[in-house]
Amino acid sequence: MLIRYLSQVGKYFLMLKEIFNKQTKWSMMRNLIFKEIDDLIIGSLGIVAFISFFVGGVVSIQTALNLTNPLIPKYLIGFATRQSVILEFAPTFISIIMAGKMGSFITSSIGTMRVTEQIDALEVMGVNSLNYLVFPKIIALLLYPFVIGISMFLGIFGGWLAGVYGGFTSSADFITGAQMEFIPFHITYAFIKTFIFAMLLATIPSFHGYYMKGGALEVGKASTVSFVWTSVTIILFNYILTQLLLGS
Amino acid sequence: MIEVKDVEKSFSDSKILKGITTTFETGKTNLIIGQSGSGKTVLLKSLLGIHHPEVGTISFDGRIYSSLNDDEKRELRTEIGMVFQGSALFDSMSVAENVAFPLKMFTNKSKSEIKDRVDFVLKRVNLIDAHHKLPSEISGGMQKRVAIARAIVNNPKYLFCDEPNSGLDPNTSILIDNLIKEITEEYNITTVINTHDMNSVMEIGEKILFLKNGVKAWEGTKEEIFRTDNEAVVAFVYSSNLFKKVREAYLKE
Repeated sequence: MLIRYLSQVGKYFLMLKEIFNKQTKWSMMRNLIFKEIDDLIIGSLGIVAFISFFVGGVVSIQTALNLTNPLIPKYLIGFATRQSVILEFAPTFISIIMAGKMGSFITSSIGTMRVTEQIDALEVMGVNSLNYLVFPKIIALLLYPFVIGISMFLGIFGGWLAGVYGGFTSSADFITGAQMEFIPFHITYAFIKTFIFAMLLATIPSFHGYYMKGGALEVGKASTVSFVWTSVTIILFNYILTQLLLGS
Repeated sequence: MIEVKDVEKSFSDSKILKGITTTFETGKTNLIIGQSGSGKTVLLKSLLGIHHPEVGTISFDGRIYSSLNDDEKRELRTEIGMVFQGSALFDSMSVAENVAFPLKMFTNKSKSEIKDRVDFVLKRVNLIDAHHKLPSEISGGMQKRVAIARAIVNNPKYLFCDEPNSGLDPNTSILIDNLIKEITEEYNITTVINTHDMNSVMEIGEKILFLKNGVKAWEGTKEEIFRTDNEAVVAFVYSSNLFKKVREAYLKE
C-alpha cells in the first residue's frame, strides 16, 4: 500500500519534469493558454464571487452573535471578518471549492481524451502531450491569485454589508476593526499559499486524468479521487506553510 | 519499409508478442489479422512507439526506433499518420481545425497555405461541406474520413490504421478501404492496417500477416490466402459459410 502511494508520488514528479520538456510551438500554446484562462479563471469568477460574498456575511453575523459580552468592542466584528477571510477563507476554503470545480473539470476533460485515444493521437504525432495539455493550465493558474484577491475583497465587503445592514455593528466600527493591527505580511502569506495551491490545482487533477485507465465510468471515479487528493494535499500544505510562515 | 525483427513484448508475466519477424513494404497495404488477444494491437502500438518491446528491433527505412534519441523519435513520429479505431478526433476542434493540427504544429506554412492543403485533403476524402462542423456533429464514417485526412495532411511516409472499418456499415467500409488503398498507392506510403474485417482482407490485402497467440502463424498475399492450407488461417478466415463459398469459387476459377 505504502509502496503504491510512493510510486504514485514518484510518477507525479516525473510528470512535472516531462511537462517542461519539448515545448509546444508558441503560436499554438498562446491559444491554449487563453482558452484555459477562459475555462479555469474567468469561468470560476461567478461562483467564487457568490460564495465569498455570502460566507463573508455569515462570518460577520456569527462573530457578532458570539460577542455577547458588552465589554467586548463591536469593531472586533470587522477585525475577525478580515482575519478569517484573508488568512483562511479566501486562500484555503476557496481552493478546496476550486478542487471540486476546476479539478473535476481538468480530470474529466483529460481523462476523456485518454479514453477516446486523443492523447495517444497527440503522442503518435510527436507532440509532448503533457506539455500540450498541462502547461497551459499551469500558466493560466498563475492568474489564480487575482481570483483570490477578488474573493478577499468580496468576503470583507459581504461581511460589512451583513454587519451594518443587519444591525450588528456600525459602518465606522466595522471599518475600524478591519484596519486594526493590520500586518501586511499576512497578505504575503495568503498569496504564497494561493500560488502553491494554484500549482496543486493545475497538476494533481491533470495527473489523475492523464494516467487513468478504463472507460467512461473510470473518468467519473478519477474525478472523485482527484478531488479527494487535491483537497487533502491543499490542507496538508496549508498546515505546513502556516507553520513555516507564521509559526515561528 | 518497416522491418520488424524478433520482437517480443510482455505485460506482467504474460508474453504477448513472441519473436515476431516481418517486413511491411512501401506502397502496399499491409494487413495484420488474427483473433482477439492474438497480439495485433500490441504489435501496432509497438510499431507506433506507444509500447516498447523488450527484445528485438523495429526499423523505419533503416532507422532503428529503439536506437533513436528523444528528438529523433519525435522527428520520426512527424512522418507517421495514424487512424485510430475510434477516430480520436479532438472534440473541441472543428473538422478543418483537426485536419490542420499537424500542419500548425510541425510546419511553418502560412494560414493560406494551411487552408489550401486542408481543403485539398478534405476534398480528397470526399468531405467538402464539413469544414466547420464539430466531430460530434458528423457520422462515424465521416469521422473516419476526417481521421484519414488528418493522418495524411502532412504527407506521412507511414500510415497506420487500427480497425479502420469497425462500427461502419458495409458500403462505408468498402469506401474507407478503397480510400486507404488509393492513398497508399498515390503517395507511396507504407500502410499497416490492423483489422478483423475479412472483406478488407479480400479487397485490399496486398501483404497479410496472421498472428496467433503472439506468434506469426502465416504471411502472404490475398491471392495466397485463398490457396493456403494453413489450418489456423483457414479456421480464422473461412469461419463463415460465405467466405468458404467465396474460397471454393476462387479455387474453381
